[in-house]
Amino acid sequence: MEQSRPARIVLRIFTILTLVFIYFPIAVIVLYAFNGNTSLQWPIGNLTLEWFGRALRDPGIRSALLLSLEVATLATIVALFLGSLAAFAVQRFRFFGRETISFIVILPLALPGIVTGIALNSAFRAVGIPLGTLTIVLGHATFCVVVIYNNVIARLRRTARSTEEASMDLGADTFRTFHAITLPAIRTALLAGGILAFALSFDEVIVTTFTAGLQQTLPIWILSNYLRPTQAPLVNVVAVFVLLLSIVPVYVAARMSSGTGGASGTR
Amino acid sequence: MPHEPAHPMTSDAAPLPAPPQSPLRRLSAQLYRRPRVQLAALLAPPLGWLVIAYLGSLAIMLIGSFFTVDAFTGAIVTEPSLSNYQTILTSEVYRTIALRTVLIAAAVTITDALIAFPIAYYMARMASGRNRGLLVVSILLPLWSSYLVKVYAWYLILAENGILNWLLAPFGLKGPGYGDVATWLVFSYLWLPYMILPIYAALERVPGSLLEASADLGARSWFTFRRVVLPLVFPAVVAGSIFTFSLTLGDYITPKILSNTQFIGNVVYANVGVAGDLPFAAAYATVPILIMIVYLMLARKAGAFESL
Repeated sequence: MEQSRPARIVLRIFTILTLVFIYFPIAVIVLYAFNGNTSLQWPIGNLTLEWFGRALRDPGIRSALLLSLEVATLATIVALFLGSLAAFAVQRFRFFGRETISFIVILPLALPGIVTGIALNSAFRAVGIPLGTLTIVLGHATFCVVVIYNNVIARLRRTARSTEEASMDLGADTFRTFHAITLPAIRTALLAGGILAFALSFDEVIVTTFTAGLQQTLPIWILSNYLRPTQAPLVNVVAVFVLLLSIVPVYVAARMSSGTGGASGTR
Repeated sequence: MPHEPAHPMTSDAAPLPAPPQSPLRRLSAQLYRRPRVQLAALLAPPLGWLVIAYLGSLAIMLIGSFFTVDAFTGAIVTEPSLSNYQTILTSEVYRTIALRTVLIAAAVTITDALIAFPIAYYMARMASGRNRGLLVVSILLPLWSSYLVKVYAWYLILAENGILNWLLAPFGLKGPGYGDVATWLVFSYLWLPYMILPIYAALERVPGSLLEASADLGARSWFTFRRVVLPLVFPAVVAGSIFTFSLTLGDYITPKILSNTQFIGNVVYANVGVAGDLPFAAAYATVPILIMIVYLMLARKAGAFESL
């Protein structure tokens, strides 16, 4: 269908406006991080780097950052393990209930965050696990599995089995074949999925509020400090930091898995 | 490698040496002969976690929703009763909160569908290859960037002396400030990419020949859009709406930061924490679950699952 000239112009304007809408808040928060004033009033004061230095020296921020990195790393490792096992099972075998696996895997991410949060909270209490780093990791790993699963299964679908069969015909056993053939084939999928899982865990807040107890991850730190006027400049800096740590890896992952569709469709 | 010989191997070919035997190799051979064992080994850890731990957690929560909390001791009474559900259905406050949550979720879904269509259309049918790739990345990036930071950015933008009021002041206008309008606006902002991407994918799949056929038969652009494009893309809109709707239903951070009215999530969170009535929180959390189950069944009928 050929659009008329006015229709094309209108669509182009809508597209530009939508992009402005999408990026406007991100630009605002970046500007605020360099704000020379301590108040949150617009227009902001002279640009300064002062708050970046202060944020780096702040013990609360530092421990929250360390906890966030620790949690994201551990949750990613657990999710890599569980997600790729599930992907291999679904892609390589036919069994009863195979179609339900994809559904069960996506459930923790598809159900509202409060549901996953409160369900885990009730379970931890019922079993008697105290809320802390371990429970945050378990909660994050649960909803990160789907990212790995989607990336790995998409790659397995596109990888021919014939090279694996050739490897086995040439005398390599299952483990050697996995190491020499299968792993190199899915390595970038694991890496891309792992990066996305890391980013997902790093800025998750809803499930975390139900599983963290008294621990503070970086997003929880923002949540408990944004209303304190004296902390506002530091909150702005931490916000930009969290933003960078989620955008940069995702950009890398998107470049790596471009065409697999692994990055789309899920959060 | 030379071609496979047409005849069976002749006697001058040396026999292959027997493969070296090691415990690992024996295990490998055993596994190869028993694919069921392989499958079980693959499935046990992920299903062990997701089915036993996660679905188990959901079950514990659901069972817990039938318990009550002793008003004096604060201890959980493990005697099943429907009193939590009774409170939810009869109390004016909880009905209002549930209704507000659902109405805003619906408003967000409609808003996102309206905003998403033009840009998705531009991306799928007008942008050149390079621009299209750039646009997809620029829609994907904010989708993955920190949720909380985006909400916080809007908290700054919508403040009384924030940038929005500053921008609108010369026109004698004022922004919405904090409240339900702010919540609606920011939810629409947050979930917009979830709506753009499936619509874009669906529009890209619409065959050009159909549009040409429609034009050849005398339909004008608008008619073709309404009668050919929209029906083909509708399942994708429903697919996107699953996200916009479900994510709004289960959120409590955005209303907490941008409004002083309550959502279902705020009540649930307050009862897990300060108020300490976990059974009631669990019961109220089943409201969004039930709504989503009904919604997913309707979406399935609309063929949305093929567009996910």
